[in-house]
Amino acid sequence: MVQEKIIAMLAEATDTDAAEITADTKFADLGIDSLDMTEMAMDLEDEFGITLEMSPELSTVGKLTEAVEKLVEA
Amino acid sequence: MSFKIIGTGMYVPSNVVTNDDLAKIVETNDEWITKRVGIKERRISETEFASDMGYEAAKAALDNCGCKAEDIDLILAATVSGETVSPSMACMIQNKLGATCPALEINAACSAFIFLLETAAAYFALRNYKKILVVGCERISGILDWSDRGTCVIFGDGAGAAVLEKGCGYLDAVYNVKGGDDVIKIPHSLGCSPFFKREQDSPYIHMQGQETFQYAVTALCEDVNTLLERNGLTMEDIAYVIPHQANKRIVDFARKRLRMPEEKMVVNIEKYGNTSSASIPIALDELARNGKLNRGDKIILCAFGGGLADAACLIEW
Repeated sequence: MVQEKIIAMLAEATDTDAAEITADTKFADLGIDSLDMTEMAMDLEDEFGITLEMSPELSTVGKLTEAVEKLVEA
Repeated sequence: MSFKIIGTGMYVPSNVVTNDDLAKIVETNDEWITKRVGIKERRISETEFASDMGYEAAKAALDNCGCKAEDIDLILAATVSGETVSPSMACMIQNKLGATCPALEINAACSAFIFLLETAAAYFALRNYKKILVVGCERISGILDWSDRGTCVIFGDGAGAAVLEKGCGYLDAVYNVKGGDDVIKIPHSLGCSPFFKREQDSPYIHMQGQETFQYAVTALCEDVNTLLERNGLTMEDIAYVIPHQANKRIVDFARKRLRMPEEKMVVNIEKYGNTSSASIPIALDELARNGKLNRGDKIILCAFGGGLADAACLIEW
């Protein structure tokens, strides 16, 4: 569910077909910059009621999904 | 009893610096700047100091409402880029206008124009003042590191002013300060004391982009929503929101989160860049002179910036 949400956000922000975005997709490959990442983090915080610390290590859809899921479960 | 705004004015230097011009100075390009911050060009002073620009904007605001310098009871100015710490820009503008009233300066960085309005409201309540002149004036180009493409492309020089008259148009305001220098700071020169042992940080604008973005969007949305809720209003009741012109992406993202129609959010950053304390009065002046404001319209001004300080106010035009 988290991953679907992230993929939907990315598809909208980058005009990319959602089917082309997978867990292994790197944000950099989608042309996502640091402010795009901040926008996405703020939307995810609102969506899931979490406080998300963005870091360069969260570089793929899968890594970000994992980080959000951990916070949602906590 | 507070005030109503009876005149506005602005001034920007004639020297237009485009993104292509900047690409000759730092490694950048028009596409990157446009996408990243939404700016196409900015005005950069070649000869004017902040107080020169402040004076021109003040004169335009006085002319706009048929006032003379001697009609003004107080001058409040704001800057982070004045040519002198003392005299303050308010004193310099007073001198250039030939006014004799008291004049003082307030530093609240990019939020300063709203702090000026609040201070003016307090003075109207405290003293029997009839008119107060408020001015934001900036030669930001003088405090930029022109080798840092992350900041030098964002800002521009200019000044904006408003003449306030005792009245009932300043309906409400909200203020927040979260003091600290880890997100935005502009260090002073440390001077040449032979006794002082701390290292000089470069005396230019330092800004953490992502943190600034997050803070700005959150502050803008919270402050606007607070004003709406506290006054029993919805966005339908508001003719325009005039945000500090920091970065088009901040404004766009905040607008999306506020679920506001695009036409209500005033944006002119593409022409002037971020002019700090001058950005809101410049945008207000353009809006007023273009005939977009009608008496009785409710507008919200909102700003955020170094301090960290953010503020918003609800005004009936």
